[in-house]
Parts: sequence; structure tokens; C-alpha cells
Amino acid sequence: MNLVSPTPAPAILYCHCRYAQVVPPEVKSAVLEQLCASGLPFEAVPDLCELSARRDPSLQRLAAAGPVKIAACFPRAVKWLFAAAGAPLSAASTEVLNMRVQTAAEVATGLLSAPLTPNLPAGKAVPADAPKPATPDASTET
Amino acid sequence: MALTDIPLRVVLYEGEGATVLDSVERLQSVRDLLEAGFGVTRAGAARPVAPADQSPLLVLGRWEGAVPAGEVAGTRLHWGALGEVPAVQQAESARTQVSAPAPGAWKPWFPVIDYDRCTNCMQCLSFCLFGVYGVDESKKIQVQNNDQCKTNCPACSRVCPEAAILFPKYKAGPINGDLVSDSDLNREKMKIDISALLGGDVYSMLRTRSDRAKSRFSKERDSDKALAERQKCLIKLSELAADIPPEVLMSLPSPEEIARKAEAASARAAALTGRGSPATT
Repeated sequence: MNLVSPTPAPAILYCHCRYAQVVPPEVKSAVLEQLCASGLPFEAVPDLCELSARRDPSLQRLAAAGPVKIAACFPRAVKWLFAAAGAPLSAASTEVLNMRVQTAAEVATGLLSAPLTPNLPAGKAVPADAPKPATPDASTET
Repeated sequence: MALTDIPLRVVLYEGEGATVLDSVERLQSVRDLLEAGFGVTRAGAARPVAPADQSPLLVLGRWEGAVPAGEVAGTRLHWGALGEVPAVQQAESARTQVSAPAPGAWKPWFPVIDYDRCTNCMQCLSFCLFGVYGVDESKKIQVQNNDQCKTNCPACSRVCPEAAILFPKYKAGPINGDLVSDSDLNREKMKIDISALLGGDVYSMLRTRSDRAKSRFSKERDSDKALAERQKCLIKLSELAADIPPEVLMSLPSPEEIARKAEAASARAAALTGRGSPATT
């Protein structure tokens, strides 16, 4: 009897980085095109930074849902954007594809067909180290 | 605008009871919605997506019959049909109905702390002019008012001695989240030295200089010398950090302000924890 559950297919998150020009438009466009052509389910967000600032609940659900591949920017930035949203990513089951430096082909392959390769930077901090949710009324610096 | 408001999310439904879109139409819908500032979930059975939550939702599809209606517990749900009315127009209408935040009302520029590197030195809290930083109940530095950050100002990341402050939309590393190299750290240290000159150290430096050359400066007032030194430092800093907005450079805190802010942060932390004055801030 096999008691080992099959590894669930990773969720896919695509960030359009709408409010800045730091991701080459041709890379974003090609990755999105291939993502839509794949027929796979995905989450596409206009701007991951904004969702982080809003502590959007979809980030928390996504981080808690299991393996995930994220097409966005630098893994270190993505790691701490999620942490800032109260949605720490699992280092063991998260891969970040960097549209700022990788080609569209590399990102699309990593996102759609290659096995998940965890690549969040390791560090001293663990999710429990994250600061408590902000209480601006009580402790805002003015 | 309140950053606690959750944006509308659009679900592109292509499951049972709806037609599967061709990839061109799917791309067009998704791209239009993203450009207009709406998040899109393309749901399906093969892989997970973020489950429904309290986000307001608009479900769009090419329905085989009438447009569905109904509610899902715990959600604010709207339904629409792809076709005659553009997806963006329907999303905007639904957004207005649920009073979700308008896309683009705020450019998300704010610091993100890398707690793998942060040493809780509070330099950022002392330096920031806009009240972005605060401390949590355990006196840990945190970003509390990200919507108060000065757009395109990375100044706090430049005074961080550990390169622990990111601005993901910044043009260059390591501030943009790229890995931190030894040379980056050396550069950051240089910057903090300059920053210190702008703060209290300029006075001790001037005192030392004054002791060494008392006769030379005996007729000058300390405040004049401090001002001159501060101006020199500002010019030096502006050459090194040309991307810091001039208004930030021109209103850098005085040593008294830095001390006052540090004391205030310390008092807040003490009040929050119900303890006495913390040892450090």
C-alpha cells in the first residue's frame, strides 16, 4: 500500500508589475501569452507590491496552499513581500522566476514545464520572527 | 484611501456550464484586466489557485445558458458574461458596487525589510522623515505606514548598515532585492558614515576639529561651522545618491530631531510592552 501522497502540482502566480517599468515589457508580454496559451489555471496580479501593502488575503491563501511558482522579480524581494503581508512562503516549495533578469523563454519553461526548484534565499529569520501586524494608531512614528 | 481595503478580484471561469475560451481571447481579457489594475484568477481542476476569501469577486465567463446568479458564503460575489460588455467595464462596475479600492490610486512604493539581514538598529526609524517605520510589541522594527513613503525615495535603504531595506521597484541592486555582495556592504557603510555626518556626529567631529585648531576657529560660532559642514555633506550625499529627492535631502533631520524621534519610539515601545524604558531603540 502506498501511503505517500503525490506531490500536488504547484500553483502559478504571475505579477504584471503594473506600476513600474522595471520588468522588460517584452518579457512580461511573452510570459503572459504563454501562460494563457497553456490552458493551466493561474493567478495573475497587477502588482504584487500593492497586494503586499494591503496584506491581501489571497497572498495568505496562496502561501498556505502548497507548492507555488511565482513569476515576478528577485526571489529576495518576493520572499519579504509575502512575509510583509503576513503570508510567509515555504522555502521548500516555492520557486521564483525573475522576469527582471531572466529571458521570457526561461521564465515560461520554469513556470509551465520544469519541475519546481525551490530558490528562496535562506536566512536566519523564520516566519515566527516576523513582526506582529502593525498597529499604527498605537505606535505610528509621526 | 485605506490600504486595508481589499481589491476586487476577477475570476475567469471556463469550467462546466461555460465555454472554454481560445487562448487569444483569454490573453486579451487577462491583459486588459491587469492593465486596468484588476487581479485575475483563471480557475481549473488541474492545479490549485488561491481559494475564495473575503475579497470581492467578479466571475466572468461565456455561459452556455443564462448568467448564473447566487451567493457563496463568505464572499461578495458578482457574475458577468464575456461578450458584449468589455471585461474591464464590468470589473469597474462591480468594483464601484462593492466600494473596492480604485486601481492606481496609490503607487506602491514602500520599503520592505529583509529580516534575514536586519539587526534592529533603528537607523531607518530615526532617519525616515515620513513616519513610515515603527516598532511592534516586541520592539522589533517594522513598516507601519507604507502609504506615507515618499514615492521614488530610497533614502532609508541607503542609511541601512546591513542593506536590509528593499524597494522592489528600485532600478538597481541590492536595493531592488538582488543579492547583497561584500562590495555592496562596503558601499552601504560608506553611506552610513555620510549619514552620520548629517546627524549628531557632525558636532563631535567639529568639536574635535575645534580642539585641534582652536585658535583658527576661535572667532567662528559653532552653529555656523555646523551649517557649513552640513552643507558640504549634503553636496557630497547628493553626488553619491542622486536619486534621493531634493526635498528629502534639504529636510534631513537635525541631531535634535533624531534624538527626539528615537526617544519617542522608545517610549512607544515601552508603553506597548507595559515595561519601563527600553535599553535601546
